[in-house]
Amino acid sequence: MDDVRNENLTGKAAVLQGLPEHPAVKAILAWNPQAFLDAKWDRQELTLTIAAEEIRSAAAALQAAGYNFFEDMTAVDWFPSSPRFQLSYHLLSHAFKERIRLRVLVEGETPAVESITPLWPGADYYEREVFDLFGIRFEGHPNLRRILMPDDWVGHPLRKDYPVEGYR
Amino acid sequence: MTETVGTPILQAPHAEGAHDQHMVLNMGPQHPSTHGVLRLVVEIDGEIVVRLYPEIGYLHTGIEKTCEAKLYHQVVPLTDRVDYLGPMANNLCYCLAVEKLLELEIPAKAQWMRVLLAELTRLNSHLIWLGTHAMDIGALTVFLYTFREREEILRIFEGLSGQRMMTSYIRIGGLSMEPPLDFFDRVQAFIRTFPEKIDEYANLLTGNPIFSSRLKGVGYLSPADAIALGVTGPTMRGSGVDFDLRRDMPYSGYEKFQFHVPTATQGDCWARYEIRLVEMRESVKIIQQALDGMPGGPIKADAPKIVLPDREKMKTQMEALIHHFKIVTEGFAVPAGEVYQGIESGHGQVGYYVVSDGTAKPYRVHMRYPGFATLQALETMCKGRMLADVVAVIGSIDIVLGEIDR
Repeated sequence: MDDVRNENLTGKAAVLQGLPEHPAVKAILAWNPQAFLDAKWDRQELTLTIAAEEIRSAAAALQAAGYNFFEDMTAVDWFPSSPRFQLSYHLLSHAFKERIRLRVLVEGETPAVESITPLWPGADYYEREVFDLFGIRFEGHPNLRRILMPDDWVGHPLRKDYPVEGYR
Repeated sequence: MTETVGTPILQAPHAEGAHDQHMVLNMGPQHPSTHGVLRLVVEIDGEIVVRLYPEIGYLHTGIEKTCEAKLYHQVVPLTDRVDYLGPMANNLCYCLAVEKLLELEIPAKAQWMRVLLAELTRLNSHLIWLGTHAMDIGALTVFLYTFREREEILRIFEGLSGQRMMTSYIRIGGLSMEPPLDFFDRVQAFIRTFPEKIDEYANLLTGNPIFSSRLKGVGYLSPADAIALGVTGPTMRGSGVDFDLRRDMPYSGYEKFQFHVPTATQGDCWARYEIRLVEMRESVKIIQQALDGMPGGPIKADAPKIVLPDREKMKTQMEALIHHFKIVTEGFAVPAGEVYQGIESGHGQVGYYVVSDGTAKPYRVHMRYPGFATLQALETMCKGRMLADVVAVIGSIDIVLGEIDR
């Protein structure tokens, strides 16, 4: 087990073979193998790629499997490649003392995914932050407003096509 | 720029259903008890808080965007400025994340020094919390006492790095330089007397009837709410959730240290107060272990293309001079990948998510700071309580607006 864990595993097949007993992998397989698109074990961190439309139900399955703590969530803009945005959710398990990353790829100028705030109220500010700085909408979020930038701001500063110095 | 997604798609929750007899009160952004620039919109019924809505972003500087325009080593000084009460913890978390990407081995002495400094930073952060929290409640004296001790910590930091607050002492691959000759003696002298100082604060506050009646039973947060709302650190442990990254997911050699993680079940401001006092005593123990067992050897990893060479070598060896020039002008490429590194700072769980595309600049740096999540729990803790309790609760969750707004 330890030998496998020190190697990097790329791809769903390699992770399924190398870490069949990992609680998160087992939970996702039991939940919906079709929506489980890709996986990676890199530098002692497990990344599971989930179909964008299934993120809330995947998060719910993992929450039930012991990943009880929503730690962090953010986005990465891979402009100009496609799909453009990557959402990274970091879930922590107090019982397993382990962290996993859920990865979701979304496309388009104003992409939208399901909010996970109904599962963890603590995701509220994080989703607002991603909406504010990346312009990704979260369906089912109770109060999706800008959080860090002023309400009347135009544009989303953390997008790669937004200049570092801002518009002058 | 063509998109226009800038307008709010929903109004603030406080605006829609304010009841006729309820009053909406604006607290801050410039208010002495908000510990920075925090605006609270409080809907009150008489003196009872019905709803509370924090408005943040007044200190937003776009530091994550700035990171994307800097070389990896140039990001270290930016991290100091995020949580300005815990510079070493921020440096440490960022450096650990980049070192994980680089798969760098850090020498033992650097690891132990990092633990020592992270704990001194925790003391620094807790001292500020204690002083300002007590001051909010009306006990001004404690503030003068805690700042006396904090001053000594800052002097130690100044001797170490040349800077009191923005230290940037922990660097990718180790530490920026050897600690000064009197460093260990000064730290030893400081922690020898520090437990008595904690007793002094406890004498002023623990038995004080005003202080305890302002805190006991105030700002209750249940363990389920603490987890659901993403609350971490002493606030979470005060609600009975026993989790500390230093013990449960150790980093930088914390597994070699013996310490106790205090928890309480009351979940009120008083529990958080007691936990932080115990944490200070535990930090002293960790610092003592670090001083006693400090290994010898280098303080920087053996990676000449990543770690700046010593001044001495740079002036005598051509190779070192070239490396210095290359690192300073064009940085170093970091293998593509993404890592998340979490540490336990004075306020709670800090996390750095660093994405590399294989170049010398980080593609994305995301900072998870505990105050951002803890602020979401403020309404839960204050609802149905007196308005004056809001001040006590804000003090007890120990937020720094610099880390919330980034």
